[in-house]
Amino acid sequence: MIRLDSVSKVYKTSARPALDGVSVDVDKGEFVFLIGPSGSGKSTFLRLLLREEVPSKGRVMVSNFDVAKMARRRVPRLRQTMGCVFQDFRLLANKTVAENVAFALEVIGKPKRTITKVVPEVLELVGLEGKADRMPNELSGGEQQRVAIARAFVNRPLVLLADEPTGNLDPDTSQDIMLLLERINRTGTTVLMATHDHSIVDSMRRRVVELHLGKVIRDDKRGVYGVGR
Amino acid sequence: MRASFVFSEVVTGLRRNVTMTIAMILTTAISLGMFGGGLLFVRTIDKMQASYLDDVEVTVYLTEDISANDQDCTGEPCASIRQSLESNQAVESVVFEDRAQAYERFQRIFEGQPELVELARPEALPASLHVKLFDPARSDVIVQEFSGQAGVANVDDQNKFLDRFFDLLNSGRNGTFIIALIAALAAVLLIANTIQVSAYTRRTEVGIMRLVGATRWYTQLPFLLEAVVAGALGAILGVAGLVALKYVALDRILEATGGAIPKIELFDVLFPVAPILLITSMLISAVTGYVTLRLYVRH
Repeated sequence: MIRLDSVSKVYKTSARPALDGVSVDVDKGEFVFLIGPSGSGKSTFLRLLLREEVPSKGRVMVSNFDVAKMARRRVPRLRQTMGCVFQDFRLLANKTVAENVAFALEVIGKPKRTITKVVPEVLELVGLEGKADRMPNELSGGEQQRVAIARAFVNRPLVLLADEPTGNLDPDTSQDIMLLLERINRTGTTVLMATHDHSIVDSMRRRVVELHLGKVIRDDKRGVYGVGR
Repeated sequence: MRASFVFSEVVTGLRRNVTMTIAMILTTAISLGMFGGGLLFVRTIDKMQASYLDDVEVTVYLTEDISANDQDCTGEPCASIRQSLESNQAVESVVFEDRAQAYERFQRIFEGQPELVELARPEALPASLHVKLFDPARSDVIVQEFSGQAGVANVDDQNKFLDRFFDLLNSGRNGTFIIALIAALAAVLLIANTIQVSAYTRRTEVGIMRLVGATRWYTQLPFLLEAVVAGALGAILGVAGLVALKYVALDRILEATGGAIPKIELFDVLFPVAPILLITSMLISAVTGYVTLRLYVRH
């Protein structure tokens, strides 16, 4: 589903490569933690998959898309196969919960009847039934992240990218969010999550890819956060 | 593409930025109003040129010798001057006016000033050949060919006088266009700025749109349409301003010239000036918007 083949990324403003000869294969339906200290290259990794950046060297494949080589006008197609969740939720403050989720479908031109059908379904999946008409500022942090996950998942993406999704949440709420991501993973969606959260990685026992100074220094099938340190 | 979505985004954008939008519309209106004024200037000058040039002629004044002795231009060198004028391809007609006829015309022109008529004597007026040209604008040819010829005192080209008059009008027109251009530059910069501000205030929306895979058209069309709508409103306001100016001031001013400068009709403003302004404005807004989005808003 995702393949990075000897990928390097050098930013103009930095002498050291953000990623340095990284090769990673992720199968369909896998759940992968991407860990490492700040500046280790996790965000660059995710940005390359989204084609927010192009690699300086190497090849990036997502599904059947050759991400680095594809024409710019095809990038929206690539992004429609992926969902994104962030630490800061990135909800639209002037739209209700349902409108925030519907927005993701409206802007890719989905018909209204599809939207009115699938939005309540996905809100139920993330446990927000009955809160469709609330504004984001009327929700707790955990609930806001659920809305963000609903928005990322509503178009049934092949891959869900999560960048520190529990970074702003307390441990209990984080646990709930992880259960939700696990549930989404069980539907066959590949989940790739960048995180600093030891306890979550340790308790989930999923594949762990550790980056350090832009290189992969560990890739464990069922890893924990702190091994070898 | 869902039109209702794009439309609601445009309305939201225009309302969110209301002071900026008003500034953009007003500047566009002023610039287009000036531009339209320039176009009306051109149209008026054209009309005047057409009506004046019909009556323009070149006058070949003959020497004292001919004026005194040749009553009907049959002797030399008058006859050959006339002959060569008549055979010239640019010439439509040639009329000989002898001293007596010139005096009659003089009396007619200055009948309001009898003391002047009394002072003048027929001997002071030269006989002349009045030459009408097919293309009065090409009078130079005749002036060059006949000036200094034997029997010719001098050649007077009425076109020269009109040229000076039209030069004056043309500089008025050019001035209007230059001011319009400066105002247009201000309008273009304002449009670019408004779009940048608009894109900045909506950066979260745009960021989400990009991430969920909205196409460039979907993310940027609302901004582009915002500029085009403002441009169209500016054009409509500009045309309304011109119409108001016509009724409030221009009609009275032009009437005071006693018909020397023709009146500007409402029809002149509405067609072709209004559509030109509307199309120019929408086109410039769209191009400015497109370029701004390309340069400043990442996709």
